[in-house]
Amino acid sequence: MIPFLDIPVQALFGQLLLGLINGSFYALLSLGLAIIFGLLNIINFTHGAQYMLGAFVAWMLLNYLGIGYWWALLLVPIIVGASGVVIERLLISRLYKLDHIYGLLLTFGIALIMQGLLRNEYGASGMPYAIPPELAGGQRLGFMFLPNYRAWVIVASVSVCLGTWLLIECTRLGAYLRAATENPALTQAFGINVPLLVTLTYGFGVGLAALAGVLAAPIYSVNPNMGADIIIVVFAVVVIGGMGSILGAIVSGFALGLIEGLTKVFYPEASTTVIFVIMAIVLLVKPAGLFGRTA
Amino acid sequence: MTMVQEIAVPPLTATPTPMRAAEPAAHYGRLFIALTAVLLVAPFAVYPMFLMTLLCFALFACAFNLLLGYGGLLSFGHAAYFGMGAYITGYAAKSWGLGPELTVPLGALTGAGLGLVFGALAIRRQGIYFSMITLALAQMVFFFCLQAAFTHGEDGIQGIPRGHLFGLVDLSDDRVLYYVVLALFMAGLLGIFRIIHSPFGQVLKAIRENEPRAISLGYNAARYKLAVFVISSAIAGAAGGMKALVFQLATLTDVHWTMSGEVVLMTLVGGMGTVFGPIVGAAVIITMQNYLAHLGAWVTVVQGAIFVACVLLFREGIVGVIGRCLRWRL
Amino acid sequence: MKIVSACAIAAFVFCATAPVSAQEKTLKIGVLNDQSGLYADMGGLGSIAAAKLAVEDSGLLAKGWKIDVLGADHQNKPDVASNIARRWFDIDGVDVVTDVTNSAVALAIAQLAREKNKVELVSGAATSELTGKACSPNTIHWTHDTWALANGTGKAIVQTGGDTWFFLTADYAFGHALERDTEAVVLKSGGKVLGKVLTPLNTADFSSFLLQAQSSGAKIVGLANSGVDTSNSLKQAAEFGIVESGQKLAGLLVYITDVHAAGLPIAQGLILESAFYWDLNDGTRAFSERFSKAMDGRKPTMVQAGVYSSVIHYLKAVEALGNSKDGAAVVAEMKSMPTEDIAMGEGTIRIDGRKIHDMYLLEVKKPSESKGPWDYYTLRTTIPAAEAFRPLDQGGCSLAVN
Repeated sequence: MIPFLDIPVQALFGQLLLGLINGSFYALLSLGLAIIFGLLNIINFTHGAQYMLGAFVAWMLLNYLGIGYWWALLLVPIIVGASGVVIERLLISRLYKLDHIYGLLLTFGIALIMQGLLRNEYGASGMPYAIPPELAGGQRLGFMFLPNYRAWVIVASVSVCLGTWLLIECTRLGAYLRAATENPALTQAFGINVPLLVTLTYGFGVGLAALAGVLAAPIYSVNPNMGADIIIVVFAVVVIGGMGSILGAIVSGFALGLIEGLTKVFYPEASTTVIFVIMAIVLLVKPAGLFGRTA
Repeated sequence: MTMVQEIAVPPLTATPTPMRAAEPAAHYGRLFIALTAVLLVAPFAVYPMFLMTLLCFALFACAFNLLLGYGGLLSFGHAAYFGMGAYITGYAAKSWGLGPELTVPLGALTGAGLGLVFGALAIRRQGIYFSMITLALAQMVFFFCLQAAFTHGEDGIQGIPRGHLFGLVDLSDDRVLYYVVLALFMAGLLGIFRIIHSPFGQVLKAIRENEPRAISLGYNAARYKLAVFVISSAIAGAAGGMKALVFQLATLTDVHWTMSGEVVLMTLVGGMGTVFGPIVGAAVIITMQNYLAHLGAWVTVVQGAIFVACVLLFREGIVGVIGRCLRWRL
Repeated sequence: MKIVSACAIAAFVFCATAPVSAQEKTLKIGVLNDQSGLYADMGGLGSIAAAKLAVEDSGLLAKGWKIDVLGADHQNKPDVASNIARRWFDIDGVDVVTDVTNSAVALAIAQLAREKNKVELVSGAATSELTGKACSPNTIHWTHDTWALANGTGKAIVQTGGDTWFFLTADYAFGHALERDTEAVVLKSGGKVLGKVLTPLNTADFSSFLLQAQSSGAKIVGLANSGVDTSNSLKQAAEFGIVESGQKLAGLLVYITDVHAAGLPIAQGLILESAFYWDLNDGTRAFSERFSKAMDGRKPTMVQAGVYSSVIHYLKAVEALGNSKDGAAVVAEMKSMPTEDIAMGEGTIRIDGRKIHDMYLLEVKKPSESKGPWDYYTLRTTIPAAEAFRPLDQGGCSLAVN
């Protein structure tokens, strides 16, 4: 074993892998946030609450209807995404021509309402949600014990991120989306229903958050506050990647997971602050983020 | 207190603003007098501690509004200056035994010093990127406060003595302290008012509206932005220091990012870019936190609903709407 | 417009707080805690219900007393808490504030209660400062504190063979205190501390820290954290097979609501210390039964039981004195008589304001052993009152000197 600053290299490898797994949550969440920001120009502060809602709806499906994890994986993004569509049509759509700050305030208010209501109903300390039996247990990799569920999280997240990226970059629908991001008026003039596209995009972004929530339910505590802390970190990830950049969100999501993982080994107290240090440095050196275009 | 009233009058009538003033500001005089009068008698009708909380947060919100409403700079990290102001004031009062006439200015100085460094970094970027840098730096301040020994972690600095003003006036009585806080608040408010209506303030507005044009007119935009940033963080620091003396404690809640969020909300609910908006906004939010406390978890829901309503129904904020109805600039 | 809004506020305040005449035989109890945040389940509305039960059981209502129980959510903001408490003391005529979750809040209110000569009965905050340097003749710390939790758990576990430890410590004053006190007792009992890691508060992912604990080879992984941090670390410890691979978990501050949230499959085998468990004896069962009726079937936590117990004893002292207006006198009276109630049994209150009673070392049951919801613990040891709390001379309380 070659020690590296007192930490055996193998242990370090394990820590990096864990960082990557956490990064997959960041990537999923920041991907949704970035897509929404790109097209709607709204900083969706409800994103954290929608992630939390994803976990809660999965719990409700299981406990009230007996619907298990695998169906939840499919149903929850649709249900929560649909609720997102309603919110977009009723509320957010009134703000498109205004400054970011109003969208932020509105979505923050919605997040508070969601958190408050769920807290009244279910309390603050959380709900149990078991790992599906198919994914219980784990593999001994020599340098660490990798639970099967974590491996699944990383596979699921990478494929969803990749799929979304391909959808946006390589399909006709994606082309419309990019066109509408670039110039909504002109895209509309070409006969594309931009408002519909905007609504569906918001629903899709919210669905991604809900999916992340379902993935998180078996390993993180399912409680009404679970999204309140993560939103600001995810927001930072999006900024580091470059606001609205899809690839940037995905790459910096994983990269920051890795960096956070390393911090947890060398200076654990700072592991929640390191993202902000990096954000400050990135913004000062590369103003529009790593993958953003300079305004 | 009459002194404050005397100060209140001159800038309104005597100094013409160099650029064409948008409107004659005579009604400001009346409003300031009314505000002062109400605040002077208020402690006889309303609980003084509550009023002091309100004044501290109102000053904080006014400082923030100077930056956002007039400088066009949205800081997501104003809790850093407020909280550090509170910590330093508290520490100086408790450990060094300094009087409030020294500790509160020290809090302001702390805010200004931090503001100078953070502002110099942040103003190099614009829009949302500016905001994110201020947020990032404020998170580092939070981390520092969490780790530093003198803050006592989540227990906070407790039992800060209120002390004697100039060694003479005992501030342990709530009513006495109230008038000191009120004097500081009015001084801060009038200072901000004066800045807004000074040539400096006009240049700031010009930069906010069209930065390239202001630069082409020969103004050093960066220097103006930095100056307003430092002034705003200094006042925020003073507000924090005052709060530390009022409650006799300084804790991590004052530097947490939710505090930065709260001040944004106060300003927006009250009316961004209006002189009185932040005061009303602070009053609304502080009243909610204190008088809805018996509702338990419903506080969050009510708060959320108010923000949603504010964005959808009265976007200019409460004071902005009233101002529009009355056709007054408030 | 300013005038209008100011008047509106003034009217609001007046309506909300009608002045109270200082009659004898009336008293007001204020339950001040977190009702919407992290600690809402272990205290929250349940503490208000517990205080109301205590008022019913005191028998004072039948003797012509008028007792009100008020509740407020301090939102974990010390300034909001301080404002509410001051208003309660100054305007509403509240005589005693109880529960007081969150250590910053508890310390701030301790000072305030002393200044206004009222009473503070702390149940929900854990900092041992309250009976140490910050002790006050107006404050009683009722249920638990960091020293008691660390000492009892640490000693008992080392004695049963768990002599090597690794700590996951919440990077917060209470986490540091728990870790420091546990480490001291582990070393004193002949154990060893192999390592520790400071985790930022509200970390969602503990796997990295758990991996460090795993590779340390320590027999015991001590969780010096609370609330959601504890349930997250438990959940992930189960996932990473910490317990399966032979290590044991020790929760230094675990409430039954945390175990309820994590579920038995995950929490099984966890060793923890508590001042109360609903299924200890007939008294606790009777109290919990009535509590459950008021609270949708939930069982009380030790914090809520502590609120009940402290209010019962407070009311006894008030009855003995005939009125409640002199806070320090009521507290002195409370200290002068032994405590006894159905929830927490017998005990005494020490001069420094520390309530002394038995503590229980509990182990979380396996799912197969549990008969249903809330049947979670088996009793391993009772830590006698005399050993459970920090000796009087070690706290640095100024009241203890004379």
